[in-house]
Amino acid sequence: MSLSANDKATVKAFWAKISPKADDIGNEALSRMLYVYPQTKTYFSHWSDLSPNSAPVRKHGKKIIAGIGLAVEKIDDLFAGLLTLSELHAFQLRVDPANFRILSHNILVVLAMLFPDDFTPEAHLAMDKFLARLALALSDKYR
Amino acid sequence: MVEWTDFERTTIQNIFSKMNYDVVGQQALARCLIVYPWTQRYFGNFGNLYNAAAIMGNPMVAAHGKVVLHGLDRAVKNMDNIKAEYAELSVLHSEKLHVDPDNFKLLGDCLTVVCAAQLGAAFTPEVQAAFQKFLAVVISSLQRQYH
Repeated sequence: MSLSANDKATVKAFWAKISPKADDIGNEALSRMLYVYPQTKTYFSHWSDLSPNSAPVRKHGKKIIAGIGLAVEKIDDLFAGLLTLSELHAFQLRVDPANFRILSHNILVVLAMLFPDDFTPEAHLAMDKFLARLALALSDKYR
Repeated sequence: MVEWTDFERTTIQNIFSKMNYDVVGQQALARCLIVYPWTQRYFGNFGNLYNAAAIMGNPMVAAHGKVVLHGLDRAVKNMDNIKAEYAELSVLHSEKLHVDPDNFKLLGDCLTVVCAAQLGAAFTPEVQAAFQKFLAVVISSLQRQYH
């Protein structure tokens, strides 16, 4: 399900609107993922505190959302743009790609929460496609 | 038997008692048809579903969204026996409507998004977990009579 020119424009416009709250989005999405899907906690057993809004969660939420911001910049060639991140996830982090879908879902829920008027069905469609494509690029180097 | 905590019961009752079924039903179903366009396959006789605006304004979509939410209400009122409550509905979706059960999750996700937009900050991680657990039970019950 590749991104049309319209999808890319929609994502970029929506991202410009929401990026002032990027850190909140990252924190809320990660907090929810860990709470609602406890199996995802297995990747963070080395953290002191996995509860919603904790310091490690906030810090890591920032990192993740920065990665997504990078993907928005590289939206015209996600596979090339995310090559290094893909290698990181493939060889070092080895996160099962099923979890990308879980995090994406939580990002969409948080976008609806924080931007109820801007997260229209059209924006939802474009973001869902974009995150799916991002996940595909991120898992490209896995095998 | 599904075990519900007091928090989960209260949360579900709260959410649905405050919900406008007509509005949420229409929004969730319309969003599903827009974000996951292949779900339109089940609504061939609904007329104009050509673009997001058409879907959002379509009266048959609105009417059917209401039907779906009132169906969900049966689970809200019978949380301790959703499986039995939905046995006939499950047969209906399998034998008569021929709906691929994967679609239940798609509609459920859209319902979650609509709920999050309505509740805002009140849609805490704990509330989200309760809501998604409820939907998971509903979906599992609806899938049960597929053979």
